[in-house]
Amino acid sequence: MATITSSASIPAARARISRSERLAPAVFILPAVLVVLFISIFPLILSLFLSLSRLRFQAGGLEVQFVGLDNYRKLLLGNEQKVLFGVLGEPSLFGWAILACVAASLGLVIYRTARRQSVGAIIGRLLASVVLLGLTYLIAATLFAPEGRPGTLVVTMLYVAVGITLQYLIGLGLALLCAQPLPGRRFFRVVFLLPMMITPVGVGYLFRMLADTNKGPLEPLWIALGMQDFAWSNNAWGARVAVMIGDIWQWTPFMFIVLLAAIEAQEVEPVEAAIVDGAGSFDIFRHITLPAILPVSTTLILIRMIEAFKIIDLPNILTNGGPGTATETLTLYAYRIWRALDIGGSAAIAYILLFLVTFIAMLYVRTLRNRLGTT
Amino acid sequence: MRSFFRSSSPLKPSPFRMLVSYLILGFWAFLILFPLYWLFITAFKLPAAVNNGPFYIPFVDFQPSLHAWEYVLGEVGNDTIRLFTNTVGVSLISATLALVVGSGAAYALTRFRFHPKVGTILVFIGCVVLAIVLTALGAPWPLSVAVGIALFVVSLFTLARRFKRALGNSDIAFWLISQRILPPVAVVIPIYIAFQQLRLLDTWAALIITYVATNLPIVVWLMRDYFANIPYELEESAQIDGASRFRIFNQIVLPLSVPGLVATFLFVLVFCWNEYLLALFLTNARAQTMPLAVVAQNATRGPQWWYMSVLVLIMIVPVIAMAIVLERYIARGLLVGAVKG
Repeated sequence: MATITSSASIPAARARISRSERLAPAVFILPAVLVVLFISIFPLILSLFLSLSRLRFQAGGLEVQFVGLDNYRKLLLGNEQKVLFGVLGEPSLFGWAILACVAASLGLVIYRTARRQSVGAIIGRLLASVVLLGLTYLIAATLFAPEGRPGTLVVTMLYVAVGITLQYLIGLGLALLCAQPLPGRRFFRVVFLLPMMITPVGVGYLFRMLADTNKGPLEPLWIALGMQDFAWSNNAWGARVAVMIGDIWQWTPFMFIVLLAAIEAQEVEPVEAAIVDGAGSFDIFRHITLPAILPVSTTLILIRMIEAFKIIDLPNILTNGGPGTATETLTLYAYRIWRALDIGGSAAIAYILLFLVTFIAMLYVRTLRNRLGTT
Repeated sequence: MRSFFRSSSPLKPSPFRMLVSYLILGFWAFLILFPLYWLFITAFKLPAAVNNGPFYIPFVDFQPSLHAWEYVLGEVGNDTIRLFTNTVGVSLISATLALVVGSGAAYALTRFRFHPKVGTILVFIGCVVLAIVLTALGAPWPLSVAVGIALFVVSLFTLARRFKRALGNSDIAFWLISQRILPPVAVVIPIYIAFQQLRLLDTWAALIITYVATNLPIVVWLMRDYFANIPYELEESAQIDGASRFRIFNQIVLPLSVPGLVATFLFVLVFCWNEYLLALFLTNARAQTMPLAVVAQNATRGPQWWYMSVLVLIMIVPVIAMAIVLERYIARGLLVGAVKG
């Protein structure tokens, strides 16, 4: 389906390139492309169509009515706006400070681009900056505003940002500790993997048991803290923190195991040489280990980011999205109105999520490519 | 005292550092094991012992009972065994297929240069849209697929040639991973319709195809990094000796990336093993998997914690066993030996 050329990097062998060798690149990549194409392109187009229509379940069956951008308008401007974006308030001083910082750094990026690169690059960056600034304003006006209340969009981004940062740092720390020649480290490695093995719905129920302030195992702790009557599920931030703890508990193993494999796969000679030269362990980490695991780390964070934006099981089972819609994520929101048989609206939310994540992921990949020259 | 902070050999950590390491590792192990301990003892509790407040130690705080195990393995034992067989079969096959197909693609993306033409892609999307519109207008789907393919082949040699712009490897990789962005809620109806048309609903095949496709991007992305780290000189010398690409891949690249392969296999296996939403829609009786059984315990009488705990325990034991067996392959120094030799 595409023109494929093998990079002729080895001149010596080129003379003997047979027919099967010329076809090799296609044979390697085509199965994957075809499988993904088969299963992805049809749903992608059909759900785009669904997001532009309204479905009614009637006696005779299903009635599909094309409504154009109506579902999107309802979400972005209509009566569902408060659920998606939350309630905007006047940002506090801290909120304004964040906004100013982001605006200033974006201005700097555009200024630099304007001096060096083409018109296309400037327009691209301007567009990206406008979207980023809008998202930052949304965060400042809901999270860092006295009267603001975050909607599902900001809550989802909060889960992703906090979750990924902590999971990566904890995972990296544990991987570094486990890579040392310690007796009994195999035990720790297997134990650290365990949370990932449990089905996400199971983790949801497990944390619902643990978070019970009455019958859960932490009851003595709550009493000791004088919080036995504190119903965290009725407190927006309590519920959000509970979801984030569950998420970190479950997904740190993913970061841990990939980083551990990357650390173990790095070559030993540079480390040995550095030790002989008297380098400290921080220097070794900073100058040898970190560059070696950076490519894997960028991939890891991208994969986890895409998965984390789809978080649904934990908030669904642990808090049912409540109190109100305080812990509701975009996917859970889509699932909720999907169950209310508003298939079109649900598909529209999914597409908003698709646009948001594609934007953030592309920005991430582009920025890293410029910075590191990798990926 | 000074030797406490110094290590006996330069490669070994000092006793002080070992102590700190053990403290941190022990703390995190406790954070992980305590919830699992709670799950474990809940599986042996009578409903009264769960509902009347926290009881921690069996035989001291509460009298353990096997009632939940008898129910899950005895009363509904046949169902449990069927669900379990489905889970094992589907996830082992899916993970293996995803690894085979995905690592090939990952290798191709690190070692060859591809130039998919923008024109080809546009023509392809146009033909797919046309086929879907035709089906929506009432044409039988095999007909519209045939029309789409025919039109694609024709325009490939005419229309597509007019576009000169081409994409690169990183665009292919990004396209692959972007297929995971859309949440399952949005894809579930189209996939359901597709498998309904193919008469594959409630079979292993439906689950396996879906799981392979959804997990391929992860395999490609993780394996790409491992392959990129393998020194190219090894492959060059093999190529000069006359080895084919497939031989190089099978006998040099794959053995050298065993740690990555093992870790990736474990992930994909776990993802398939635990997947809930797609399994919920694509199966209804014969091909159901274990996660559905876990959720089914949250019935009208409220969550049946004891049954749920038993099911989750049954689900994690095989995966843990697998993790213990495979863990030693994620070992240090595989690459080093190859470069030296």
